[in-house]
Amino acid sequence: MEILLGAIDTLWRWDVLVALLIGSVGGVIIGAIPGVGAAVAIAILLPATFALEPIVGLTLLLGIYGSSMYGGSIPAVLINTPGTAVNALTTYDGYPMTQRGEGRRALSLAYSASFFGGIFSVVCLILLAPVLAMIAPHFGSREIFLAALLGIVLVVLAHRGQVFAAGMLVCLGIFLNTVGLDPTTYTKRYTFEQTWLASGFDLIVVVLGLFALSQAFLLLLSPDESPKTKPLSGGLFQGLKELWLYKRVASAAASFGVLMGMIPGVGEFTAQFMSYTYAQKSSKTPEQFGKGAPEGLVASEAANNAVPGAAMIPLLALGIPGEALTAMMLSVFYVHNVVPGPQLFQGQMDFIVALYIALLLLNIMVMIFLLFSTNLILKVIQIPTRFLGVVILTLSFVGVYSLRNSMTDCAIAAGFGVFGLILKRLNLPVVPIILGMVLGGIMEVKLRSSMARVKEPLDFIDRPIAAIIFGLIVLVIALHVRSVIKEYRAAKTAHTDNGDKA
Amino acid sequence: MPNQKSYQQLFQRERRRGDLVFAVIFMAFSIFLLSQIGTETAWGRKTKLVAQPYFWPIVSLSGMTFFAVLHFLGSILSPRIPGRLQELGFWLRALEYVAWFLVYVWLVPVMGYLPATLIFMPLLAFRMGYRDKKMLLTAAGIGFAIVLLFKSFLAVKIPAGEWYEYLPDFMRSFMMINF
Repeated sequence: MEILLGAIDTLWRWDVLVALLIGSVGGVIIGAIPGVGAAVAIAILLPATFALEPIVGLTLLLGIYGSSMYGGSIPAVLINTPGTAVNALTTYDGYPMTQRGEGRRALSLAYSASFFGGIFSVVCLILLAPVLAMIAPHFGSREIFLAALLGIVLVVLAHRGQVFAAGMLVCLGIFLNTVGLDPTTYTKRYTFEQTWLASGFDLIVVVLGLFALSQAFLLLLSPDESPKTKPLSGGLFQGLKELWLYKRVASAAASFGVLMGMIPGVGEFTAQFMSYTYAQKSSKTPEQFGKGAPEGLVASEAANNAVPGAAMIPLLALGIPGEALTAMMLSVFYVHNVVPGPQLFQGQMDFIVALYIALLLLNIMVMIFLLFSTNLILKVIQIPTRFLGVVILTLSFVGVYSLRNSMTDCAIAAGFGVFGLILKRLNLPVVPIILGMVLGGIMEVKLRSSMARVKEPLDFIDRPIAAIIFGLIVLVIALHVRSVIKEYRAAKTAHTDNGDKA
Repeated sequence: MPNQKSYQQLFQRERRRGDLVFAVIFMAFSIFLLSQIGTETAWGRKTKLVAQPYFWPIVSLSGMTFFAVLHFLGSILSPRIPGRLQELGFWLRALEYVAWFLVYVWLVPVMGYLPATLIFMPLLAFRMGYRDKKMLLTAAGIGFAIVLLFKSFLAVKIPAGEWYEYLPDFMRSFMMINF
C-alpha cells in the first residue's frame, strides 16, 4: 500500500500528467503517419527531454512508446499502408474489410483489440512484479551476461531468411560499441589516430542516423505520395462489444504478445505470426483469413499491443532490452539517472509501480482520444511523403545537434543515415545494430566482472539461473540447426525427385 | 550434383538490386578491420583474456567477417535482379540531402536557429517540387513551430546565432534566449 501511494504521489503532478497526455496523443499521431514511427520520434525527442525532470521526460517518451501502435492501425486498415512496421499484418484483414464497406467496424475492432492487448500486458506486468522482485536479486553478472547473450542469439535467429545479415549487423553493433577508449585500461581501440573517434560512437547519434535520417533520406528520394482517405461517419464504440465475440482469440493473442515480449530479441513480429496462425487454425472459417476476417485483425492488434508492456519486464528487471524501442528506452532511463536492473526492484519499487500506472493511464487516454478524434488523425495521414521527409530532416537536427552541439556528431549521424537507407532499400534489418551496441556493452562489462569469481569454465554456469539460461541458448541454437538440416534434406529430396522425373 | 544444388539452396534468399555490391563492400570492410586488430588495439600483460582490450573487437570482427562471407555467398548464389547501377545511383543521390543537412547544421550557429530554419525548410520544400505558396508558407510555419517548441519551450541546447550580435540591444538577448 505504501508503495502504491508513493507511486501515485510520483505521478500525481500536473507536469507528469501533461507529459503523459502529450506523449500518448503524440504517439498515436506519429504512429498513424506512415514513414515516421515511434523509433524516429523517440530518437528525435530524447535529447530534448534532457532539460526536463526525469519522471516528466520518461512519461513523455513512454507515452509515445506505448501508443504508436494504436495509431499505426489507422492507415493499415483504411489505406492498406501500415503506420508502423508492426501493423503490417493488420492490413491483411483490415483493408479487405474497408474495401467491402466495413472500415468503421474494422477500425473500431482494431482499437478494441489494441486496448485489450495493452491492458492485458500491464496487468501481467503488475502480477509478475512480486515474482520479479524475488528473482531479480539472483541475477548476478554472469546471469546478466548470459541473458544478454541469449538476446543476441535470439535477435539473429528471429530474422528468418536473413540470419547471415542479422548476424553480421549485430556483430557490427558490438564492434561499434568497442570503438574509442577501453573502459578499464583506457587504451584506444580502433580510433585510427582520429580524435573524433576517441570518444566512440554515441548510441543516440547512431539511432538518429539509422532511424530518423535514413527515413528522411528515403522519403526525400522516393516519389511523392499523398494518401487519400474518406472521413468516417458514426461512432467507434461497437468494437468494444464485438471484441467479446472474439475473446478467445484476443486472450490467446495478448498472451502470445506478453510471452514473446518478455523474451529479449523476439518481439512483435513473432508474437503476431504465432497469434495469427493460432487464430486461423482454430477458426471455423480459416479461408476468410487475408480476405477480411475480424479474428485475424483482432489477433494481429492484440498481440502487437501486448508487447510494449511485456518488453518492459526484462528491461526493468535486468536492464536488457528486447528490441530497438526498448533499447532506446534503456538510454532514456540512463539519461534520466534511472538504472534498470535488479537493484531497481529492490530499491525503487514505487518508481516501477508508477511506470505501471502510467502505462495503464496511457492506454485509457489513447482509447478515449481515438474514439473521438479518428477523423482528425485522418487529415494528418494525408501529409505528402516528401514534405514529411523535409520535416523529419529538420527535426533530426534538434535530436543530434542538441546532444553536444557537435558538427561531427551530425556528420556521423548523416553517415549512419545513408547506411540505414541502404539497409532499408536492401530489406536488411537495422534493429540488430542497435541491439548489438547495447547488449555488446552490457556483455563486455558483465563478463569482465563475472570472471573474477570464475576459475574454471564450468564455474560460469554452476548457479541454477545461469545454467538454465545457458541451457536455453544451447536449445535455441540446436533447434535452429535442426530446422536448417530439415530444410537441406527437403531440398535434397526435391532435387532427387526432379532428377528422377527428368 | 543434387547435393551441390541443395547446398546452394541453403544459402539462397530474397535478393534486392545492389545486394552483391553491399555484400562485397561489407565483407571487404570487415576483413580490413580484422586485419588492423594488432595495431588498433592494445595487448595487456598479466591481464585475463576476457579483460584484454582486444578481446571484444576480435570477437565482434570475427563474427562480422564470418557472417559477411556467408552473406556474400548467399548473394552470389541467389537469383539476380537487374538494375545494380540504378540502385547505386539511388544510394549516391542521398548524398545531396546529406549536404543539405550539413549546410543547415553549419548555418544554425552562424545565422541563428530561427532564421536558418525559416530559410532551410521552404528552400528544401521548393527543391522537393512544392511550388505553390501554400506549401512553402506551411513549411515556414512548421519551421517556426519547431523552433518555438524546442528552443523557446523545451530550452534545448542550441547556441545563439553569431548574427544575433548585430541586432539592436532591445532584441538581442530576447532572440538569443528564445530563438
